[in-house]
Amino acid sequence: MIATKVYVPGDSAAVSVGADEVALEIAKLAKAANIEIEIIRNGTRGALWLEPLVEVQIAEKRIGYGPVKVEDVEGLFEEHFLQGASHPLSINSVDELPWFAEQDRVTFKRVGLNDPLSMSEYEAHGGLNGLRRALKMSSDEIAAEILESGLRGRGGAGFPAGIKWKTVQDTQSDIKYLCCNADEGDSGTFADRILIEGDPFTLIEGMVIAAIAVGATKGIVYVRSEYPAAIAKLKAAIAIADEYGLLGKSVLGSHFEFTLKVRSGAGSYVCGEETAMLESIEGKRGVVRSKPPLPAISGLFGKPTVINNVLTFSSVPAIISEGASSYKSRGVGRSLGTQVFQLGGNVKRGGIVETGFGITLHDLVSGFGGGTLSGKPVKAVQIGGPLGAYFPTQSFDLSMDYESLLAAGGMLGHGGVVVFDTEVDLAIQAKFAMEFCAIESCGKCTPCRLGSTRGAETIQEIIDGRNVSANKKLLLDLCEVMTDGSLCAMGGLTPMPVKSAMINFPSDFEDRLAAKT
Amino acid sequence: MTHATWSKSAGLTVLEPLRDEPGPVLIALQALQEEFGYIPAEAIALVATFFNVSRADVHGVFTYYEDLRSTPPLANEIHICVAEACQAVGSRNLEQAVKTTYGEQVRDVFCFGNCALGPTVMVNGVLIGRATPAKIAAAIK
Ligand SMILES: Cc1cc2nc3c(=O)[nH]c(=O)nc-3n(C[C@H](O)[C@H](O)[C@H](O)COP(=O)(O)O)c2cc1C
Ligand code: SF4
Repeated sequence: MIATKVYVPGDSAAVSVGADEVALEIAKLAKAANIEIEIIRNGTRGALWLEPLVEVQIAEKRIGYGPVKVEDVEGLFEEHFLQGASHPLSINSVDELPWFAEQDRVTFKRVGLNDPLSMSEYEAHGGLNGLRRALKMSSDEIAAEILESGLRGRGGAGFPAGIKWKTVQDTQSDIKYLCCNADEGDSGTFADRILIEGDPFTLIEGMVIAAIAVGATKGIVYVRSEYPAAIAKLKAAIAIADEYGLLGKSVLGSHFEFTLKVRSGAGSYVCGEETAMLESIEGKRGVVRSKPPLPAISGLFGKPTVINNVLTFSSVPAIISEGASSYKSRGVGRSLGTQVFQLGGNVKRGGIVETGFGITLHDLVSGFGGGTLSGKPVKAVQIGGPLGAYFPTQSFDLSMDYESLLAAGGMLGHGGVVVFDTEVDLAIQAKFAMEFCAIESCGKCTPCRLGSTRGAETIQEIIDGRNVSANKKLLLDLCEVMTDGSLCAMGGLTPMPVKSAMINFPSDFEDRLAAKT
Repeated sequence: MTHATWSKSAGLTVLEPLRDEPGPVLIALQALQEEFGYIPAEAIALVATFFNVSRADVHGVFTYYEDLRSTPPLANEIHICVAEACQAVGSRNLEQAVKTTYGEQVRDVFCFGNCALGPTVMVNGVLIGRATPAKIAAAIK
């Protein structure tokens, strides 16, 4: 008899709520009962609200139980979960759970399904199909296919990947680089981390395809230091890819050479800004560079460099293997393909939701998310990280795509959606936005470096009920100066959460002393 | 995590493999911190002479990055996420409680990428989701 396969995620989010202990307990009880099982430490499938999500392979189906605590394991054995029996924690076939079935997973197609470091599983599930097809195409054709797909940068700015690639392709140089931005500094975002921990070969494959398209021979993945598990997993995956011949002197036996290294960040948010990241990789202070020159022309060590986010590169294999037209048949307007949304904060069913662009905020937060974790009403949703806008529930019919969010005074950023219940005070959130900017500013521009501190003080005055209307005007002026006088989006977009809070939640900025009397 | 004791010769052993790295200063400092747990003042001077860059430059890099530290790690290192997603699930109160109990040993961090299972705290390298004072206490040495 073949050992029953039991999946217990090894992803750091799952481990943070006890997955390691659950895996040990399952192994222990199986051994005691003399039952042969094979425990596979997959990545997370993204339903973080179900973690630790234990799955048992029953014929073609994976029967899920979650969230499983160590104390639950004995009961699971008693109820015969290894035969897929029912149990209060059972969610039956995981793929048929509406939360999964209603998603459209393209970039995240394989994430969390198998042992992330198994190349044979990777290939068995469509891995390397994109690269194999790319090796039969010319570099022009690859770049053209990416342009045609409509793929835009998933790191925040939304710049068309194909145009960036073409620029690097057209720039002559003895050496060209790829830099993958895995700094993922936005609070509320975790897709880069989960992909790296759960399906690292997809990122590697995407980078190899990009390298072939633009003629780069060296790549670096810059991962934030707060992600030690992702760094370790990626290094292990690169070693396997080297061994396999996916990386190295001759990619899959072709005449293309591409080597990949991992670099760790050192605790700086602004190092997620692409030129600050380049400075950091060059071993310097992470100070933002002025543009031009564009990194595509003069980037790492002054050489042409493609900088893309983890999700951008990781979308490439599917686009090349399935074709641009399949990818762009999803989405709306100029926001084509799928977006990997990340639901976090005070949300009942948080995690990874990949769907075509154009889903409404309501369907994300109330549908997939199921409302708040606390059970209180939703008051605010921050979209796009710490530089993104706070929206009220009145905006729930908003279409989640680049253009609609921009028109509504917000931005999509890296796709993070953070939910707050009625306990939140938007004046305090606005003050935090300013404080965060003051702490993380690289220091190059005065409005960002000093304006942010002034901004935080001014909001405190408003909270304390001092000269409220004059201070509100001062704050808006300050926001304008920051927007106009900052080199990068750190100082330039910090006004977005602040102003959106003031506009969308005016009562939180009223005179609190006057209100009391 | 146990760390080696700093000495100049031990420092040189760490730096030697990085000799040919382009732009080596930050990785050198990171490697030294990994080995010794912190970066003694003497190590800054060593990096400067080893890679033939100015001490001011090395010092500039050292002070820029939040992760790099000049003092040995404490018995317990508690890193608490104070960013928005954790704020939404009560990290501000947790932060106060944790700082009252553990004082100096607590450092603020902006995001571990565990935003659907906050509040998140890392104790001595171990990530704790849905953190509570009790869970943190259990992880303390
Ligand atoms: C302050 C700041 C922080 C940023 N942080 C990140 C980040 O953590 N990850 C990321 O991919 N892009 C980040 N960006 C955007 C990058 O500058 C850049 O646009 C992106 O890496 C390009 O890749 P893409 O086109 O694939 O999105 C940040 C930008 C700014 C201004
Ligand atoms: S806006 Fe702020 S972070 Fe950006 S370059 Fe200016 S000072 Fe640096």
